[in-house]
Amino acid sequence: MIQMKNVYKKYPNGIVALNGLTVEIEQGEFVYVVGPSGAGKSTFIKMMYREERPTSGQMLINNVDIATLKSKKVPMLRRQIGVVFQDFKLLPRLNVYENVAFALEVIEETPEMIRKRVMEVLDLVGLKHKARMFPTELSGGEQQRVSIARSIVNKPKVVIADEPTGNLDPETSWDIMDLFERINATGTTILMATHNREVVNKRRHRVIAIEGGLIVRDVAGGDYGYEG
Amino acid sequence: MKARTLTRHFRESLKSLGRNSWMTFASVSAVTVTLLLVGVFVLIMMNLNKVADDLENDVEIKTFVSLEADDARIEAIQATIQSMPGVESVEFSTKEEELTDLVLDFGDELSLFQQSNPLFDVFYVKATEPQQTEQVAIEIAKLDNIEDVKYGEGKIEKLFNFLNLGRNVGLVLILALLFTAMFLISNTIRITIVARRHEIEIMKLVGATNWFVRVPFILEGMWLGLLGSILPIALVSMLYYQVTDFAQPKLSGEMIQLLDLTPFIYQVSALILVMGVFIGIWGSFMSIRKFLRV
Repeated sequence: MIQMKNVYKKYPNGIVALNGLTVEIEQGEFVYVVGPSGAGKSTFIKMMYREERPTSGQMLINNVDIATLKSKKVPMLRRQIGVVFQDFKLLPRLNVYENVAFALEVIEETPEMIRKRVMEVLDLVGLKHKARMFPTELSGGEQQRVSIARSIVNKPKVVIADEPTGNLDPETSWDIMDLFERINATGTTILMATHNREVVNKRRHRVIAIEGGLIVRDVAGGDYGYEG
Repeated sequence: MKARTLTRHFRESLKSLGRNSWMTFASVSAVTVTLLLVGVFVLIMMNLNKVADDLENDVEIKTFVSLEADDARIEAIQATIQSMPGVESVEFSTKEEELTDLVLDFGDELSLFQQSNPLFDVFYVKATEPQQTEQVAIEIAKLDNIEDVKYGEGKIEKLFNFLNLGRNVGLVLILALLFTAMFLISNTIRITIVARRHEIEIMKLVGATNWFVRVPFILEGMWLGLLGSILPIALVSMLYYQVTDFAQPKLSGEMIQLLDLTPFIYQVSALILVMGVFIGIWGSFMSIRKFLRV
């Protein structure tokens, strides 16, 4: 479902973030992306939802070439992709329900469909009873659950998570990992950039290590491979 | 775009006005002042144009016929002038009639001249287009038995030059003001956008189209322009009502007339409204452009 071939990315300031990277990810896979800071991990992730586009090379998502995709078509691409961030990115003046519903409202779903679907995913992440609370009234783990609920509410084929456990304590991190694995079990591809060594080593999945803009290791069920 | 979405956009744009009430106030004030000046300027310029037209249409060429021309010759001259291109009408006035007019204008002392009339017979010629007056006058002067031709050389040109100058200076001022108002609106919208950058980012990440993100801000700019045009329309209308009410009775029967209150004031109001909405929408467009590249 995701195919990258010789993807090269050079930023206007001259920094080369990806140096001819080639990788293939199948539908339904669970993939960790690891590597030191500044190795190109973020660029790799950002390219998935077309926040950045390759300078050269080919990048296909569901056989659509992201590199040449017209800006007008980007919204349609993003509707097939859910994104989860380290800092949750919830809207503070909207409550839990509204935060999740927002993702459907802006793509102009019908109110009936929105109500039904939002309650469904809030149930899935175990926050149905807190639907009327505001983000500031929730713990970090709960906030991340809301943001995961938002990322999957429009039934994306792939969920991209950038350090989803980066701001959470170990206990909560496991809960979040459980959630991601449950989502993955329904056939959704998960692509997770992480620095969490323990998570990667205990919940074995495919590991892609990026260094200097290239994949230096790609092992199914591999370990984190870095110290600390 | 669905009706439900449009309702949402309207709601969002109005909420935003309230949330940035100070900036809203500042830009609405700027628009108000700008449009008020525009309105007054348009009132003045349009009326000056009207006056110029009135004056222009009153311009005629006074053609003095030589004394040696006999009646047959005079008739021939009249026919020639009549057939010239650009001539609308020719009126003949004998030197006796001229003297009577003069006596009427300047008093009985002049009736002494009735014994030996020093005046000429005169043709009053009107050109079809005021601009052709000079050309027609030159042509007439070339004819035989014409003593002299007078048409207020230079005076009309001066009036027009003056009007043109006034119009150009006014236009530059208005453009500068419009630009300022637009800049203020675009700043207000920018603040709104910065306040909601987070929201926009998420909208774009979950696949909202650019138009979906844009429309509430455009509507907000439109409100600013619309709100800013209310006071100018009211004030300019009242002002012109007062002016016509005061001046028109005094000008009745005169050659110079002001433009009638209606439909002129409706046109000016519409112009103010359209300008307000335009600078509002344009101002927000300018700030959104940069922020949409997420």
